[in-house]
Amino acid sequence: MTTPRSILIVGASAAGLSTAEALRRLGYGGRLTLLDAEARLPYDRPPLSKQVLAGEWEPSRAQLRDVAKLEALDAELILGEPAVAFDAEARAVTDGSGRVRRADAVVIATGLAPARLPGQDGLSGVHVLRGMDDAVALRAHLAEGPRLVVVGEGVLGAEVAATARGLGLDVTLAGMGHTLLGEQVGAEVGGMLTRLHAERGVRLRLGAEVAGFVSDGGRVSGVRLTTGELLPAEAVVVAVGCRPATGWLEGSGLVLGDGVACDARCRAADGVYAVGDVASFWHEGLHRRLRLENRTNATEQAQVVAANLLGADRPYVPIPYFWTDQYDVKIQTHGLPSPEAELSVAEGDPSERRFAALYREGGRVTGVLGWNMAKQARLLRQSALA
Amino acid sequence: MKVVVDEDSCCGAGQCVLLAPEVFDQRDEDGIVVLLDSEPGEERHAAVREAAAVCPGAAIEVEEG
Repeated sequence: MTTPRSILIVGASAAGLSTAEALRRLGYGGRLTLLDAEARLPYDRPPLSKQVLAGEWEPSRAQLRDVAKLEALDAELILGEPAVAFDAEARAVTDGSGRVRRADAVVIATGLAPARLPGQDGLSGVHVLRGMDDAVALRAHLAEGPRLVVVGEGVLGAEVAATARGLGLDVTLAGMGHTLLGEQVGAEVGGMLTRLHAERGVRLRLGAEVAGFVSDGGRVSGVRLTTGELLPAEAVVVAVGCRPATGWLEGSGLVLGDGVACDARCRAADGVYAVGDVASFWHEGLHRRLRLENRTNATEQAQVVAANLLGADRPYVPIPYFWTDQYDVKIQTHGLPSPEAELSVAEGDPSERRFAALYREGGRVTGVLGWNMAKQARLLRQSALA
Repeated sequence: MKVVVDEDSCCGAGQCVLLAPEVFDQRDEDGIVVLLDSEPGEERHAAVREAAAVCPGAAIEVEEG
């Protein structure tokens, strides 16, 4: 492949911006355009449920790069303009105002859209948390001291509950799983996290399904479970997962399944790549398709996409990694700590709330987890997973 | 090259240590970044730039020159 003379990156969050930066770092001197639906300078998402929601950080602190760094990138940054359609063969992106932009290569980095529950649209007081606007609106609402119900027992739901407890709010968390983060870290560590939240005063309704919202004059007043129980609330956060933001790619010619289907080089079609949460790629080491919704993936995959855009032939073979901070606990996982795996403590002691553990499947180590033991977990990753 | 780290933004992922162990380490107690060499030699520049690029907390600042 010859080096493209122009590259258009759709999505200017962590994955898109990192791709642009990596391209320049690798010496790309051609035309570079970043297009994003949001009218904000690129910002980081992990702080949204933690420092920003807690009010510890002003929104500007979550900005990924300062203006000088963005200018040094020598890219055209088009903000507040969503992509609405794509033609993969022509590599032509249509934006919200109907303008069509063509480039020699296109990178898809549109990330995720939060899943919603039936009945939440148009109901005041019900929030999702994906973007900065969501975080700012939720923070303002939480400052009023509402009773909060969080729906969803995954990473985001648990982080929001922890942050809200830190603000002194009355918090109930309802989720279909039987422990917090059961899908991400399995029942044992999930059980420990569940106990942690209970100790910190979160009312838990696990194994519970939401039947619907109860409202009063267009404002939410509670969440009804299928058991009939009513959880009163002036504020509700729906954190029931996300879907790849691929609506604009319908009819583009790309294969869409769970995100944009790519090969092991993150290539979706000739001159078309996908990066970050939206990209489903073939992992040559694990011999399976993966789509990773974590922050590290955004930047790591960007390095590979940038190199391949410039003619390299690098497969993307990451060791998946995510972290979550809840109260005074920092959990880090490397690899795939699946719920089916067998857990064994390798260092430290769970009763002292500081340990690192290995996940094994069929005798093979598939994941490493640190509970307030970040360095040790990383060392275990290097010895057991690399 | 001058390297600056922001401990408040560091999430303890250790990506930087994996890429440039001569320049970065982590504290034993909480995994937060420890800068071993704020002015690394030229042979380490590429690795340090990559570490800054992949840092999930955007906690590493590289001043070139």
